[in-house]
Amino acid sequence: MPARTAKSNHAVALEAFDLTKRYGDRTAVDTLTLQIRRGEIFGLLGPNGAGKTTTILMMLGLTEPSSGTARVDGLDPRRDPLAVKRRVGYLPDDVGFYDDLTARDNLEYTARLNRLAEADAKERIEFLMDQVGLSSVIDRRVRTFSRGMRQRLGLADALIKRPSILILDEPTVNIDPEGVRELLRFVSDLRDLEGMTVLLSSHLLHQVEQVCDRIGIFVSGRLAGIGTVAELARKLQESWVFEIGVDPGPEAAALTDRIRTIEGVRYFEPDGPARWTINTTRDVHTELLHAVAEAGCTIAHFVRRGADLDAIYHRYFTGSTDDGDRRIPA
Amino acid sequence: MTATVVSQPETRSREPEATPRLRGGWRIVARKEFADHIHSVRFIILVVLVALAGLASVHSASGPIRDAAGAATDVPSIFLYLFTLAPERVPAFHEFLATLGPLLGIAFGFDAVNGERSQRTLPRLVAQPIHRDEVINGKFVAGLGAIALALAAVMAVVVSYGMLRLGVGPTTSDAVRMVAFFAVAIVYVALWLALATVLSVLTRRAATAALASIAVWLVFTLFGGLIAGLVADTVHPVHSAATTEEVLANARLELNVRRISPSQLYQEATGVLLNPSRQTTGLVVEDTTSQALPSTLSLSESLVLAWWQVSALVGGVVVLFAVAYASFMRQEVRA
Repeated sequence: MPARTAKSNHAVALEAFDLTKRYGDRTAVDTLTLQIRRGEIFGLLGPNGAGKTTTILMMLGLTEPSSGTARVDGLDPRRDPLAVKRRVGYLPDDVGFYDDLTARDNLEYTARLNRLAEADAKERIEFLMDQVGLSSVIDRRVRTFSRGMRQRLGLADALIKRPSILILDEPTVNIDPEGVRELLRFVSDLRDLEGMTVLLSSHLLHQVEQVCDRIGIFVSGRLAGIGTVAELARKLQESWVFEIGVDPGPEAAALTDRIRTIEGVRYFEPDGPARWTINTTRDVHTELLHAVAEAGCTIAHFVRRGADLDAIYHRYFTGSTDDGDRRIPA
Repeated sequence: MTATVVSQPETRSREPEATPRLRGGWRIVARKEFADHIHSVRFIILVVLVALAGLASVHSASGPIRDAAGAATDVPSIFLYLFTLAPERVPAFHEFLATLGPLLGIAFGFDAVNGERSQRTLPRLVAQPIHRDEVINGKFVAGLGAIALALAAVMAVVVSYGMLRLGVGPTTSDAVRMVAFFAVAIVYVALWLALATVLSVLTRRAATAALASIAVWLVFTLFGGLIAGLVADTVHPVHSAATTEEVLANARLELNVRRISPSQLYQEATGVLLNPSRQTTGLVVEDTTSQALPSTLSLSESLVLAWWQVSALVGGVVVLFAVAYASFMRQEVRA
């Protein structure tokens, strides 16, 4: 298996092979194997603390993997860190700038670190600031910038080096919906017009699903699922999610016992007093409604969620996180 | 954000020379940090503070020198007395520097690494094509540069004022000794810069690093002598009927304990370098003085006397910087 080298495969921009990172006895990333193709937007989706940032840092050679390898354009970030950092633009989670310097000064520093010639740098900075809509504040100190402006500045900063690969860590956090839309349109333009490969991480599937060519669902350091949104949904054909709520009362308690006995119920979780989310392997809505009637409860709401994207997310994330104690096994 | 074209088509031809020129990242870091330092308010405040202290000490030293100059025409290196004479309870210039130098060093190092962390610029910085150690190397070099510039500015002010007051300039040998003094002063301040840099790596907040550095400085300046005296008195107690040997043993031990403090090493080294007639860095008892030849030492002889103190200071800088370097390299980018 290790004989397979990424270098021969130029269609692959980013690759992880058995990538593992342990901090003490906690495993942040667990034998991650993943290929990101050139020119695609790949979404690394997972709850906070799933190991997304750690994975990104290992790809960039900014943190040492405990075992396994990462490859960027076939290069090993541990052995060739500068070549890797040369071609990867990185927008960190919660990006920071030198507050006392102007936006232009901050970007000039990045340009110098990337050895851009002075005239080229000046032109490029003004061009990119225009692209992200910050031309008017280019000579203002970053101290005065809002969160959304910093995010745009961070994008310009990541693009200064003319990267072929762009890594964005939680780029949509804390910016308004319009800002998210603009950012994602910008990113898809980069792919369409530049052939740029983009890896973006997020914990909000619905925000990034339209723009991602493929998605990897990342939970507790493991890849729980990978593919296009449609593929992920197909895998979940056999998974149904129902939400049910009844008026609270002594009958409500009896209802849980009845639900438990319905065939096909995998597990269910209480969402509140007399409210549950029920995960099943088949469509059991008639049985559920019968059970409510037999228990003598009054129904307050009932939703059959089916296998939509929320279900994917719900299934994968709640299926393997640590709050399993809330779950009632069927 | 309305991106239609993101790359500028005309300037895409950089691929051929993409890989070779990636050396010297530390210089880029150093240049930026140095510019930040010398444009900072703290730089101006410190230069003004140290220059004022220098002027006060030179002013008070110049009075007696002027009075005595006419009588003692063959006294060598009159000019250097500006730095070492301390009449009227105003400390001499090199003593002032022993106290204020640490502040200078701490000021340019205490937020070196944790400042990047608190501004969250570190991940962005190390994701650029530079090696990680170039960050800390560049920052340390920039700190050294800022210190050298600050001290040079202060020296220039102080020497010019001294020349005005005395009406004579330094001789060539005086000038060389001043350069040697300047070099030792930089090493001494660099030691504190290195200490502050270590603390900036190890602590999360810049304020913590600054306070811890200042605490170390206070322990050495305020309590150093006290502790040395206590240690000496415990090991070699001096009674009323003590022999000369016992008193000497006590004093020697006290001196050696004091030498743990960088400021003691600095003062011994600069004391010898600035005063050609001083023939030892150790204890001076009446006896030795009377036996000492009433001659002056050449610069190389003074350097030999100051040699181990200077070496110890340089060693301290190297060790502290190595600690800062090693801990920075082992830290996670995101910590």
